[in-house]
Amino acid sequence: MATEPISGAEIIVKALIDQGVEVIFGYPGGAVLPLYDALFKQNKMRHILVRHEQAAVHAAEGYARSTGKVGVVLVTSGPGATNAVTGLTDALMDSIPIVCLTGQVPTHLIGNDAFQEADTTGITRPCTKHNYLVKSVEDLSRKVHEAFYVARSGRPGPVLLDLPKDVQQAKYEYVNHAGQRHRTYNPAQKPDRSQVERAVELMASAKRPLFYIGGGCINSGPLACKMLADFIRLTGFPCTQTLMGLGAFPASDPLSLGMVGMHGMFESNHAMHDCDVMINIGARFDDRVTGRLNAFSPGSKKIHVDIDPSSINKSVRVDIPVIGDVGHVVEEMMRIWKARQVKVDHKALAAWWDQINQWRGRDCLKYKTSDTIIKPQFALERLHAAIKDKDFYITTEVGQHQMWAAQFLKFEKPNRWMTSGGLGTMGYGLPAAYGVQVAHPNSLVIDVAGEASILMNIQEMATLVQYRLPVKIFIMNNKWMGMVRQWQELLHGGRYSESYSDALPDFVKLAEAFGAAGLRAEKPGDLDGVIKQMIDIKGPVMVDVCVDEKENCFPMIPSGAPHNEMLLGPDDQSAKPVSEEGMVLV
Amino acid sequence: MKEMTIERHTMSVLVDNEAGVLARVIGLFSGRGYNIESLTVAEVDAAKHLSRITVVTSGTPMIIDQIKNQLQRLVPVHSVTDLTVEGPSLEREMALVKVVGSGEKRVESLRIADIFRARVVDSTIESFVFEMTGSTEKLNAFINLMQPLGLADVSRTGIVAMKRGTDRN
Ligand SMILES: Cc1ncc(C[n+]2csc(CCOP(=O)(O)OP(=O)(O)O)c2C)c(N)n1
Ligand SMILES: [Mg+2]
Repeated sequence: MATEPISGAEIIVKALIDQGVEVIFGYPGGAVLPLYDALFKQNKMRHILVRHEQAAVHAAEGYARSTGKVGVVLVTSGPGATNAVTGLTDALMDSIPIVCLTGQVPTHLIGNDAFQEADTTGITRPCTKHNYLVKSVEDLSRKVHEAFYVARSGRPGPVLLDLPKDVQQAKYEYVNHAGQRHRTYNPAQKPDRSQVERAVELMASAKRPLFYIGGGCINSGPLACKMLADFIRLTGFPCTQTLMGLGAFPASDPLSLGMVGMHGMFESNHAMHDCDVMINIGARFDDRVTGRLNAFSPGSKKIHVDIDPSSINKSVRVDIPVIGDVGHVVEEMMRIWKARQVKVDHKALAAWWDQINQWRGRDCLKYKTSDTIIKPQFALERLHAAIKDKDFYITTEVGQHQMWAAQFLKFEKPNRWMTSGGLGTMGYGLPAAYGVQVAHPNSLVIDVAGEASILMNIQEMATLVQYRLPVKIFIMNNKWMGMVRQWQELLHGGRYSESYSDALPDFVKLAEAFGAAGLRAEKPGDLDGVIKQMIDIKGPVMVDVCVDEKENCFPMIPSGAPHNEMLLGPDDQSAKPVSEEGMVLV
Repeated sequence: MKEMTIERHTMSVLVDNEAGVLARVIGLFSGRGYNIESLTVAEVDAAKHLSRITVVTSGTPMIIDQIKNQLQRLVPVHSVTDLTVEGPSLEREMALVKVVGSGEKRVESLRIADIFRARVVDSTIESFVFEMTGSTEKLNAFINLMQPLGLADVSRTGIVAMKRGTDRN
């Protein structure tokens, strides 16, 4: 299929088109001018001009997470590449498929401290799934296609291609290498059947079972989530979700216990602690979930389904590992379950549900309401009421508002919730939101933000306005880095060192300065009207919701504590002082 | 508890001989806090562009499993063999040992070298360079004996290893 020689830049563009790329998030510079020139001459792909390269990666993450496709980023050498590092690390931690193209100085200048040179492959080696420095145009089409394959195969992640300017300009013929088998990297998708059989056997014998499902289910796709939901319903077992797994199982299903972990539901965490069989599907025993490791679910036998063998036994030793893609594994589980006509222990299960319902009865998300100040939880309840019947997507920044959003907004479908889980990157939400909006132009996309986080990528307002992307930014303005303040209150004697943001901008005027609409809600009574206005306005809107400055996020497992020592609220008397070991944890 | 005991393992890692592959492996070890006791690397198949990295590491059984799995998921890695588990295997190391001295010490160093089957690969009136191949322990023993006899310099290759028998890898 060889063709006329064309430039490296054109080869890259052709390869991207052959990979089905529809949109690129990028920012130009000297070392990528040939690529930008090639983009100018085509009309198959759209380019979204961001205002900071970090945002380009987050936008691509939002795009990828909400569509299941690979997100594509294009930035220049040196500062363009170093600015992208936070985004790449974020995508690596949350297993998001990204291909990031970076310009590089011409090959003969590499290593000479040339203008805008950085050792991009060196810097990004630990924060990408894989990276390539393409030194010759002959390798180019193969490596571009390979990058897409690696990004989306197995456990997805970011892959970077560093492209010296002379390679972009050299000529060679283009060969479409899409779909070619990789020499070394061929992660298994289908599980070992005997392991699945053992898993089903253990599940069948369970008296206090619990599904614990995570972001891997979402990466496996909507069909896999659907199969998983069918299987969970077939078993009648309770199911808790991680922060990254919200939406993988419908929140409204009576079998759903909601989120697990540090700010997860009381019933989820107690069920984790007391279960006798834990079925982990596509989650990774993250420290936000396990709490103190040696007190983590002490009495349970554990099944762990993961596509990445290095996730198995990393922090928690499991009894039955199953390596494979969630979709394939669940299909097999379902088949074996049905073939064996498994009869669960109904009596034990009923007793377990009684216990769970008692925990549920504690109503752990209860908070003190107010007629005069907007409680952040109340703001989110009103937001949820206004959007729940709409086609909506939520992104968040990082902090208390993120945890409240996870608690109070309910997700019925996968791919609707994008948040920075592993890295906890403030500044993620706004660019991620427009990445989602680009993919879903007619849907309602909302960034639930904190006033501190939003300032970390505020320049992206200009991107929203330029492309008329009608993202809604719902700022829960408590004037504090609330999550930092909460920890200082709990662990550092209320010495609020540098967690108050003086000199906050007027967010309404700020929105207007960018050419977007700005709204404000100051009293609980304002909320419904303001939310309606926000949704009705056709373009981008920034809403300044003035919430209670003092509110803390509960329930909470204090660091270093086990799951059954959750704090329910500010007046919870069971609080123990945080241990020395707890103090060093983050 | 068995879980907590530190074990020493030798792993043989077959990789594509491409730029940055060694940095990837070393970066993995330093980034995740794994130990490297010894590491050797060289191309072993020029036509197929394959290199073999032999790495000796230590950790709890859980960590050793982790190391193996983490290595395995690096894109340019073809295979990872834990020779300590999949044994029996051979381990060899080579050292160049320079001893400077004269008189009785010089004679004694030569005598010991003979016992250890070390070869003289360079000599002046006042020095020898010995070449010696063997297990790490044997090399250590030899070098220790040379200490009082004028040991001046040591250069070691680190361990290379291979499975015994007919298995290919
Ligand atoms: C880039 C970055 N820097 C620092 C932090 C540490 N951090 C976590 S939450 C937080 C405060 C966030 O404040 P805000 O956005 O107002 O959210 P709130 O907690 O008040 O809802 C900080 C500083 C972080 N997560 N990310
Ligand atoms: Mg705040």
